[in-house]
Amino acid sequence: MRRIAANIVGQCLALFAQFITAARADWRGIEPVNRQRIYFANHTSNADLPIVWTVLPPALRRVTRPVAAADYWLKNKLRAFVGPEVFRAVLIDRRSEHQTEDPIAKIIAALDEGSSIIIFPEGGRNRTDDPLMPFKAGLYNIASNRPHIDLVPTWIDNINSVMPSGEVIPVPLGCTVIFGDPLHVEKDETKDGFLTRTSDALKALQPQQEGGS
Amino acid sequence: MIPDMPSDTSSSIFVLFGAACFLLIVATIGGELLRLRLSPKGAHPTVETYVTRLHSWWAMVFLLSIALLIGPAGVTLLFAFASFAALREFLTLTRKTKADHWALIAAFYLAFPLQFLFVWWGNSTLFSIFIPVYAFLILPILSVLRGAGNNFLSRISETQWGLMICVFCVSHVPALVTLDVEGSTGRSVLLIAFLVLVVQLGDLAEYYAGRRIGKKRIAKSVSPKTREGVACGAAFATLIGTLLFWISPFAPWEAALIAFTVYMIGVGGSLVLAAIKADRGVKNWGHLIPGQGGFVDQMDSVVFAAPLFYHLARYFGT
Repeated sequence: MRRIAANIVGQCLALFAQFITAARADWRGIEPVNRQRIYFANHTSNADLPIVWTVLPPALRRVTRPVAAADYWLKNKLRAFVGPEVFRAVLIDRRSEHQTEDPIAKIIAALDEGSSIIIFPEGGRNRTDDPLMPFKAGLYNIASNRPHIDLVPTWIDNINSVMPSGEVIPVPLGCTVIFGDPLHVEKDETKDGFLTRTSDALKALQPQQEGGS
Repeated sequence: MIPDMPSDTSSSIFVLFGAACFLLIVATIGGELLRLRLSPKGAHPTVETYVTRLHSWWAMVFLLSIALLIGPAGVTLLFAFASFAALREFLTLTRKTKADHWALIAAFYLAFPLQFLFVWWGNSTLFSIFIPVYAFLILPILSVLRGAGNNFLSRISETQWGLMICVFCVSHVPALVTLDVEGSTGRSVLLIAFLVLVVQLGDLAEYYAGRRIGKKRIAKSVSPKTREGVACGAAFATLIGTLLFWISPFAPWEAALIAFTVYMIGVGGSLVLAAIKADRGVKNWGHLIPGQGGFVDQMDSVVFAAPLFYHLARYFGT
């Protein structure tokens, strides 16, 4: 019953997101085919997760789970339904004192079940003027544990104008989600080297355009 | 309010629909033959674009015909939807900051629906001044209250421009049905068919003639339109307008003159919107109409032509 409700709510959310943003996927570096992937994306707005989720074709959506913050998604009953059940999010706690299990182990377990994941490696919403904040170590820990899985840089463009942080009403504006070329941890690569390389690969996808921003 | 359509209006729409389908069938057969010869594996980009565009044209002909048959409610809804999609495309490319959030919300959730409500009510005063005066004054106030910031003047101007082009101008198309045209009542809905056919067919003629014989570009840096192409387009638009005088309240010479005038301002509109695209470094306004780009790309000339045509029709036709 809850499964069906979650499906319906998911469809409605996707429709609503489409209506507001006419979101479009730009499959620049990969094809939209069913293959296990770790999509890592920039994070500026609460609408980021629904938007990536929406542009994935339904067949991919079913096998893709976002990694999201437990402190946000368990705050009330509605969120606790949408996060874990509609998006089937892998919930991790950012506050180490609340962590009952290792977040990395939880993510690896989701990967080992065959799911693809969406992860925001900045570790929180970017409120600075830079395009990206420095990546947290999590992405490296996951990637070096499962080095065969494709890491796909995923740039979410313009969503911050749709719903700037702190605002609740979205403005209808076009959004594009750009998927880049897949990356892997290279042999003998240091953690910092890897995090810089992946961050640069993601930044490189940002469209250069006047205005907008 | 607006009287029901007499059946002769419906039969006029069916005649136009039949003619459009005939042209499209010829074009589709031609396209498929070209595809067989040049692009059997779907690899020839020009042929594939042509075929995709034809599919979009089929959809547009059907949607517009259905809307016209439904009458005022149908065309108001159809153009309200197109206006919303156009505004979304336009404001995606304008400069804005967090301070403009509430102004943008007001543009989308207040100015846009109210403008189409005024059209629907047939309140021509409110409909003519609401966006140019009230939205113009109130939206910047919202932005300044939310924190002003850099490039304030260009930001508020760009938002207002989006509203003028995508909502105010577009709303003049369904507003045509509120005109009380001479002769039988209810025929005003055919003015929309007149406007759209004249401008879009003129554009098509300009496009193909320009590709064949075009030499001198009229706005070199932004658009491939040529003098020769536009001359052919203008001639064709005038011809279509004259041939269509029977669906309009105009005398044949009036129809010819009006068709020529609205086509020419349409060309101007298409150049202006191309210049904005060039300035923002994009090729298309959007991606929702396969083969054509966005709604603004498709409607660029109709948008500029609509207010002028509305006033000309009001003067000559009522």
